[in-house]
Amino acid sequence: MLLSAAMDTPNQLDEALLAEHRPMLFRYALLQLKDNELADDAVQETLLAAWQSSANFAGKAGLRTWLIGILKHKIADQWRRSAREVVTADFDQIDSDADEADEDAFFTGNGHWNGGPTTWNDPEAALKQQEFWVIYETCQNNLPPKMAKVFMLRELVGLEAEEVCRETGLSDANYWVTMHRARLRLRECLAMRWFNTEKKENYHA
Amino acid sequence: MRNCREITALVSQGLDKKLALRERFAVWLHVSMCSSCRNFQKQTRFIHKISDRYTDYLKHKLEKNSHHSN
Repeated sequence: MLLSAAMDTPNQLDEALLAEHRPMLFRYALLQLKDNELADDAVQETLLAAWQSSANFAGKAGLRTWLIGILKHKIADQWRRSAREVVTADFDQIDSDADEADEDAFFTGNGHWNGGPTTWNDPEAALKQQEFWVIYETCQNNLPPKMAKVFMLRELVGLEAEEVCRETGLSDANYWVTMHRARLRLRECLAMRWFNTEKKENYHA
Repeated sequence: MRNCREITALVSQGLDKKLALRERFAVWLHVSMCSSCRNFQKQTRFIHKISDRYTDYLKHKLEKNSHHSN
Protein backbone atom coordinates (compact mmCIF):
# COMPACT_ATOMS: atom_id res chain seq x y z
CA MET A 1 0.00 0.00 0.00
CA LEU A 2 2.79 2.30 0.92
CA LEU A 3 4.56 1.45 -2.29
CA SER A 4 1.63 2.12 -4.56
CA ALA A 5 0.89 5.37 -2.77
CA ALA A 6 4.46 6.50 -3.33
CA MET A 7 4.24 5.91 -7.04
CA ASP A 8 2.97 8.89 -8.89
CA THR A 9 3.80 7.41 -12.24
CA PRO A 10 1.23 5.14 -13.87
CA ASN A 11 1.40 1.65 -12.52
CA GLN A 12 0.94 -0.40 -15.68
CA LEU A 13 3.41 1.30 -17.93
CA ASP A 14 6.70 2.67 -16.90
CA GLU A 15 8.80 5.04 -18.91
CA ALA A 16 11.39 2.45 -19.80
CA LEU A 17 8.78 0.19 -21.32
CA LEU A 18 7.40 3.04 -23.39
CA ALA A 19 10.85 4.16 -24.47
CA GLU A 20 11.58 0.70 -25.86
CA HIS A 21 9.00 1.34 -28.55
CA ARG A 22 10.33 4.71 -29.50
CA PRO A 23 12.48 3.57 -32.47
CA MET A 24 9.58 1.62 -33.94
CA LEU A 25 7.24 4.57 -33.54
CA PHE A 26 9.79 6.89 -35.10
CA ARG A 27 10.19 4.65 -38.15
CA TYR A 28 6.42 4.55 -38.55
CA ALA A 29 6.09 8.33 -38.22
CA LEU A 30 9.02 9.01 -40.51
CA LEU A 31 7.64 6.81 -43.28
CA GLN A 32 4.32 8.64 -43.07
CA LEU A 33 5.47 12.22 -42.52
CA LYS A 34 8.75 12.16 -44.46
CA ASP A 35 10.13 14.80 -42.11
CA ASN A 36 12.55 14.12 -39.26
CA GLU A 37 11.40 16.88 -36.93
CA LEU A 38 7.70 16.35 -37.45
CA ALA A 39 8.18 12.63 -36.94
CA ASP A 40 10.10 13.23 -33.75
CA ASP A 41 7.42 15.63 -32.46
CA ALA A 42 4.66 13.15 -33.23
CA VAL A 43 6.50 10.40 -31.36
CA GLN A 44 7.13 12.58 -28.33
CA GLU A 45 3.51 13.63 -28.19
CA THR A 46 2.50 10.00 -28.50
CA LEU A 47 4.71 8.92 -25.63
CA LEU A 48 3.44 11.77 -23.49
CA ALA A 49 -0.17 10.93 -24.24
CA ALA A 50 0.47 7.25 -23.58
CA TRP A 51 2.18 8.05 -20.33
CA GLN A 52 -0.64 10.31 -19.19
CA SER A 53 -3.41 7.94 -20.12
CA SER A 54 -1.76 4.65 -19.36
CA ALA A 55 -4.57 3.90 -16.96
CA ASN A 56 -6.69 3.38 -20.07
CA PHE A 57 -4.37 0.76 -21.35
CA ALA A 58 -5.10 -2.82 -20.44
CA GLY A 59 -2.77 -5.66 -21.26
CA LYS A 60 0.77 -5.63 -22.49
CA ALA A 61 0.04 -7.81 -25.50
CA GLY A 62 -1.39 -4.98 -27.55
CA LEU A 63 0.92 -2.24 -26.35
CA ARG A 64 2.44 -1.52 -29.73
CA THR A 65 -0.95 -1.55 -31.40
CA TRP A 66 -2.23 0.86 -28.79
CA LEU A 67 0.77 3.16 -29.22
CA ILE A 68 0.42 3.14 -33.00
CA GLY A 69 -3.24 4.04 -32.57
CA ILE A 70 -2.22 7.15 -30.63
CA LEU A 71 0.58 7.91 -33.07
CA LYS A 72 -1.82 7.90 -36.01
CA HIS A 73 -3.80 10.70 -34.37
CA LYS A 74 -0.64 12.67 -33.71
CA ILE A 75 0.44 12.23 -37.32
CA ALA A 76 -2.97 13.47 -38.48
CA ASP A 77 -2.51 16.49 -36.19
CA GLN A 78 0.87 17.20 -37.71
CA TRP A 79 -0.62 17.08 -41.17
CA ARG A 80 -3.38 19.48 -40.22
CA ARG A 81 -0.94 21.86 -38.57
CA SER A 82 1.56 21.89 -41.37
CA ALA A 83 -1.32 22.20 -43.84
CA ARG A 84 0.58 20.09 -46.24
CA GLU A 85 -1.01 18.27 -49.02
CA VAL A 86 -1.03 14.75 -47.82
CA VAL A 87 -0.98 11.57 -49.73
CA THR A 88 -2.12 9.11 -47.15
CA ALA A 89 -1.70 5.48 -47.82
CA ASP A 90 -5.24 4.33 -47.36
CA PHE A 91 -5.23 1.10 -45.39
CA ASP A 92 -8.62 0.09 -46.66
CA GLN A 93 -7.65 0.46 -50.24
CA ILE A 94 -7.88 -2.66 -52.35
CA ASP A 95 -5.26 -3.39 -54.94
CA SER A 96 -6.60 -4.03 -58.39
CA ASP A 97 -7.05 -7.50 -59.80
CA ALA A 98 -4.30 -6.75 -62.28
CA ASP A 99 -1.89 -6.17 -59.40
CA GLU A 100 -2.82 -9.45 -57.84
CA ALA A 101 -2.82 -11.48 -61.00
CA ASP A 102 0.69 -10.73 -62.10
CA GLU A 103 2.21 -12.96 -59.45
CA ASP A 104 1.38 -15.66 -61.97
CA ALA A 105 4.05 -14.26 -64.24
CA PHE A 106 6.69 -15.50 -61.78
CA PHE A 107 5.65 -19.14 -62.14
CA THR A 108 4.40 -21.46 -64.84
CA GLY A 109 1.04 -23.18 -64.57
CA ASN A 110 2.46 -26.09 -62.64
CA GLY A 111 4.18 -23.84 -60.12
CA HIS A 112 7.71 -23.91 -61.45
CA TRP A 113 9.82 -20.80 -61.91
CA ASN A 114 9.37 -18.83 -65.05
CA GLY A 115 13.02 -17.83 -65.22
CA GLY A 116 14.01 -18.12 -61.58
CA PRO A 117 16.34 -16.06 -59.37
CA THR A 118 20.04 -16.16 -60.20
CA THR A 119 22.93 -15.51 -57.84
CA TRP A 120 23.65 -12.03 -56.47
CA ASN A 121 27.26 -11.05 -56.27
CA ASP A 122 28.33 -9.48 -52.95
CA PRO A 123 24.99 -8.02 -51.83
CA GLU A 124 26.55 -6.56 -48.67
CA ALA A 125 28.61 -4.16 -50.78
CA ALA A 126 25.41 -2.57 -52.11
CA LEU A 127 24.42 -1.36 -48.66
CA LYS A 128 27.21 1.16 -48.58
CA GLN A 129 26.09 2.76 -51.80
CA GLN A 130 23.62 5.60 -51.73
CA GLU A 131 22.46 4.64 -55.21
CA PHE A 132 21.38 1.23 -54.00
CA TRP A 133 18.94 2.77 -51.55
CA VAL A 134 17.51 4.98 -54.28
CA ILE A 135 16.77 1.81 -56.24
CA TYR A 136 15.41 0.11 -53.14
CA GLU A 137 13.06 3.05 -52.61
CA THR A 138 11.91 2.95 -56.23
CA CYS A 139 11.24 -0.78 -56.04
CA GLN A 140 9.28 -0.37 -52.87
CA ASN A 141 7.22 2.47 -54.34
CA ASN A 142 6.45 0.25 -57.30
CA LEU A 143 4.52 -2.19 -55.13
CA PRO A 144 0.72 -1.83 -55.32
CA PRO A 145 -0.43 0.46 -52.45
CA LYS A 146 -1.90 -2.10 -50.09
CA MET A 147 0.95 -4.50 -50.60
CA ALA A 148 3.41 -1.68 -49.98
CA LYS A 149 1.62 -0.81 -46.75
CA VAL A 150 1.77 -4.37 -45.44
CA PHE A 151 5.40 -4.71 -46.44
CA MET A 152 6.26 -1.38 -44.82
CA LEU A 153 4.62 -2.26 -41.51
CA ARG A 154 6.33 -5.63 -41.36
CA GLU A 155 9.79 -4.97 -42.77
CA LEU A 156 10.40 -1.25 -42.31
CA VAL A 157 8.53 -0.52 -39.10
CA GLY A 158 9.24 -3.99 -37.73
CA LEU A 159 5.84 -5.13 -36.51
CA GLU A 160 5.06 -8.80 -36.01
CA ALA A 161 2.75 -10.50 -38.51
CA GLU A 162 -0.26 -10.50 -36.17
CA GLU A 163 0.26 -6.81 -35.40
CA VAL A 164 0.25 -6.03 -39.11
CA CYS A 165 -3.01 -7.96 -39.48
CA ARG A 166 -4.60 -6.02 -36.62
CA GLU A 167 -3.36 -2.77 -38.12
CA THR A 168 -4.59 -3.44 -41.64
CA GLY A 169 -7.57 -5.68 -41.03
CA LEU A 170 -6.05 -8.37 -43.22
CA SER A 171 -6.88 -11.98 -42.50
CA ASP A 172 -4.07 -14.35 -41.65
CA ALA A 173 -4.29 -16.09 -45.02
CA ASN A 174 -4.32 -12.81 -46.91
CA TYR A 175 -1.30 -11.61 -45.00
CA TRP A 176 0.83 -14.59 -46.08
CA VAL A 177 -0.24 -14.23 -49.69
CA THR A 178 0.42 -10.49 -49.69
CA MET A 179 3.89 -10.80 -48.18
CA HIS A 180 4.80 -13.62 -50.55
CA ARG A 181 3.84 -11.42 -53.50
CA ALA A 182 5.60 -8.38 -52.08
CA ARG A 183 8.84 -10.35 -51.65
CA LEU A 184 8.62 -11.88 -55.11
CA ARG A 185 8.18 -8.43 -56.62
CA LEU A 186 10.76 -6.59 -54.57
CA ARG A 187 13.35 -9.30 -55.12
CA GLU A 188 12.69 -9.26 -58.84
CA CYS A 189 12.90 -5.48 -59.02
CA LEU A 190 16.19 -5.34 -57.10
CA ALA A 191 17.60 -8.06 -59.33
CA MET A 192 16.59 -6.26 -62.52
CA ARG A 193 17.66 -2.80 -61.44
CA TRP A 194 20.71 -3.56 -59.36
CA PHE A 195 22.07 -7.00 -58.62
CA ASN A 196 21.72 -8.71 -61.97
CA THR A 197 22.58 -5.81 -64.19
CA GLU A 198 26.06 -5.23 -65.49
CA LYS A 199 25.74 -1.52 -66.00
CA LYS A 200 24.70 -0.09 -62.67
CA GLU A 201 25.70 3.37 -63.88
CA ASN A 202 22.56 3.44 -65.99
CA TYR A 203 20.37 3.48 -62.93
CA HIS A 204 21.97 6.27 -60.99
CA ALA A 205 19.58 8.87 -62.29
CA MET B 1 6.35 -32.86 -53.59
CA ARG B 2 5.71 -29.15 -53.31
CA ASN B 3 6.47 -26.95 -56.28
CA CYS B 4 8.54 -23.75 -56.38
CA ARG B 5 5.52 -21.49 -55.89
CA GLU B 6 4.60 -23.34 -52.70
CA ILE B 7 8.16 -23.52 -51.44
CA THR B 8 8.74 -19.79 -51.91
CA ALA B 9 5.47 -19.14 -50.04
CA LEU B 10 6.85 -21.19 -47.15
CA VAL B 11 10.20 -19.39 -47.34
CA SER B 12 8.34 -16.09 -47.10
CA GLN B 13 6.26 -17.33 -44.14
CA GLY B 14 9.43 -18.48 -42.45
CA LEU B 15 10.60 -14.88 -42.33
CA ASP B 16 7.49 -13.89 -40.37
CA LYS B 17 6.92 -16.85 -38.07
CA LYS B 18 8.42 -20.14 -37.04
CA LEU B 19 7.50 -22.87 -39.49
CA ALA B 20 6.40 -26.34 -38.43
CA LEU B 21 9.15 -28.93 -38.45
CA ARG B 22 7.85 -30.74 -41.52
CA GLU B 23 7.52 -27.44 -43.39
CA ARG B 24 11.12 -26.58 -42.59
CA PHE B 25 12.13 -30.03 -43.77
CA ALA B 26 10.22 -29.62 -47.04
CA VAL B 27 11.95 -26.27 -47.66
CA TRP B 28 15.37 -27.69 -46.83
CA LEU B 29 14.88 -30.70 -49.08
CA HIS B 30 13.65 -28.55 -51.96
CA VAL B 31 16.33 -25.86 -51.83
CA SER B 32 19.05 -28.48 -51.65
CA MET B 33 18.04 -29.45 -55.18
CA CYS B 34 16.66 -26.22 -56.64
CA SER B 35 19.07 -23.33 -57.13
CA SER B 36 16.33 -20.82 -58.04
CA CYS B 37 14.54 -21.37 -54.76
CA ARG B 38 17.86 -21.39 -52.93
CA ASN B 39 18.60 -17.96 -54.42
CA PHE B 40 15.10 -16.78 -53.53
CA GLN B 41 15.64 -17.88 -49.95
CA LYS B 42 19.04 -16.21 -49.66
CA GLN B 43 17.91 -12.99 -51.28
CA THR B 44 14.64 -12.57 -49.38
CA ARG B 45 16.55 -13.19 -46.14
CA PHE B 46 18.92 -10.46 -47.21
CA ILE B 47 16.04 -8.08 -48.00
CA HIS B 48 14.46 -8.92 -44.65
CA LYS B 49 17.71 -8.18 -42.86
CA ILE B 50 18.40 -4.84 -44.54
CA SER B 51 14.92 -3.31 -44.70
CA ASP B 52 15.03 -1.47 -41.39
CA ARG B 53 18.14 0.31 -42.65
CA TYR B 54 16.08 2.02 -45.29
CA THR B 55 14.68 4.34 -42.61
CA ASP B 56 18.27 5.34 -41.76
CA TYR B 57 18.81 6.24 -45.39
CA LEU B 58 15.52 8.15 -45.48
CA LYS B 59 16.36 10.07 -42.31
CA HIS B 60 19.76 10.97 -43.67
CA LYS B 61 18.33 12.06 -47.01
CA LEU B 62 15.70 14.25 -45.35
CA GLU B 63 18.33 15.86 -43.13
CA LYS B 64 20.38 16.75 -46.17
CA ASN B 65 17.37 18.13 -48.02
CA SER B 66 16.35 20.41 -45.18
CA HIS B 67 19.95 21.56 -44.88
CA HIS B 68 20.00 22.53 -48.55
CA SER B 69 16.79 24.44 -48.35
CA ASN B 70 17.96 26.52 -45.38
